[in-house]
Amino acid sequence: MREIFGSELQKLHTRFSEMGMMVNEAIYNAVKAFVDHDRELAQNVINNDNQINAREVDLEQRSFEMIALQQPVTSDLRMIVTIMKASSDLERMGDHAVSIARSTIRVKGNPRVPEIEADIAKMARFVEKMVAAILDAYVKTDAKKAKKIAGQDKKVNQAFQDIYTDCIKQMQQSPETVVGSSDYMMVASYLERIGDYVTNLSEWIIYLKTNKIVELNNNDNERM
Amino acid sequence: MATIIETNDTHLYYGKKEALKGISMAFTANEITALIGPSGCGKSTLLRTLNRMNDLIPNVTITGKITLNGQDIYAPEMDIVELRKEVGMVFQQPNPFPFSVYDNVVYGLRLAGIRDKRQLDEAVETSLKAASVWEETKDVLHQSALALSGGQQQRVCIARVLAVKPDVILLDEPTSALDPISSSKIETMLLTLKKDYSIILVTHNMQQAGRISDRTAFFLDGRLVEYTNTTKFFTNPSKQESEDYISGRFG
Repeated sequence: MREIFGSELQKLHTRFSEMGMMVNEAIYNAVKAFVDHDRELAQNVINNDNQINAREVDLEQRSFEMIALQQPVTSDLRMIVTIMKASSDLERMGDHAVSIARSTIRVKGNPRVPEIEADIAKMARFVEKMVAAILDAYVKTDAKKAKKIAGQDKKVNQAFQDIYTDCIKQMQQSPETVVGSSDYMMVASYLERIGDYVTNLSEWIIYLKTNKIVELNNNDNERM
Repeated sequence: MATIIETNDTHLYYGKKEALKGISMAFTANEITALIGPSGCGKSTLLRTLNRMNDLIPNVTITGKITLNGQDIYAPEMDIVELRKEVGMVFQQPNPFPFSVYDNVVYGLRLAGIRDKRQLDEAVETSLKAASVWEETKDVLHQSALALSGGQQQRVCIARVLAVKPDVILLDEPTSALDPISSSKIETMLLTLKKDYSIILVTHNMQQAGRISDRTAFFLDGRLVEYTNTTKFFTNPSKQESEDYISGRFG
């Protein structure tokens, strides 16, 4: 019996990791499309999002069934709960990738600001790396690494602040860049939100490993 | 949290086989303690040492100390009948005597010499009510208890224990022979009873331990592996052996 449950659990884990890769790819492509002004790639990101959404539903369905039929406890239960909660975080990250892609499509044709675009590209690469690292930490159930990655979110928040300030300055100096710059601000804020979801994921990895529900990047308050 | 029963380095041997390998634990009053573990791990043996049921088995040797309210229950001056009045036991198979429901419940009281009909009547009603079986039996009190369903018989057996007003109730897999509805009635009843009694429960049903017990003790091969509060035990046990057992990774 345990073997059957174990293999179901392994399948769930694999399908969740795949979802992580799908979302990671969506973010990567959305950023690449933004940097390269590639509308076609941006459209691909938008089109592929329904696969990510479907995967989330599929993971939830399987999790509910396993809880109802197998009554898992301790680490088994934590794994299922982690996947249920973390898959909804991943799904939201995918939505932000879509939003970046939409901005890419919109921004084309408007006067641009190369310096700000370069800063956004830099911020994007940093976020991308955080996403890849947190997925790796999940696969290894590495709570220490997860916590460290969440610590990097401060840098993402700072990058957002800097880009925001630059955009405002730019709009004041050259009103013709107002439309483009407001999209820059939005893209930076989507990236900032993705960073927040990385923090959520690291909280779930810590729960998975330690059974502690923690709130990171918020005075490190602990519940339980 | 007052301790009601305490075992101190309790060893039990069936002949040469060591069934309990030094158990030291304290049972808290007015709580439900669940004893779990695979068959042969010693949990029922331990339960039976708590009211000296093992005295009846030949070739049993018990060392270490067990106290009830601070009093050594294996001391020579201990009166076993008195002990079993204070520490009652309910078994896996409902075992009503082949008498009427009424005579079953008052059995212990009559043994103790009580003859006053009003007192007996009152004990029957109170005990059957406390065991949540009064409504089903009040009109058939003088019919045979054997005619009742298994779940009703088990609750009558619990009433029989309650009638002598024990401090502690030991239950050895009390619901394993019952359907889920009867089991649920007994679980609800135990939760109600714990304000007046200390309850120690051997169960193979993990969900039952999780649902009703305050503390869980996990035994393996005659050893007490882990003893902690039930929520902690079922969400994040300290020992790998506990984790493996409750996740079904054994055997």
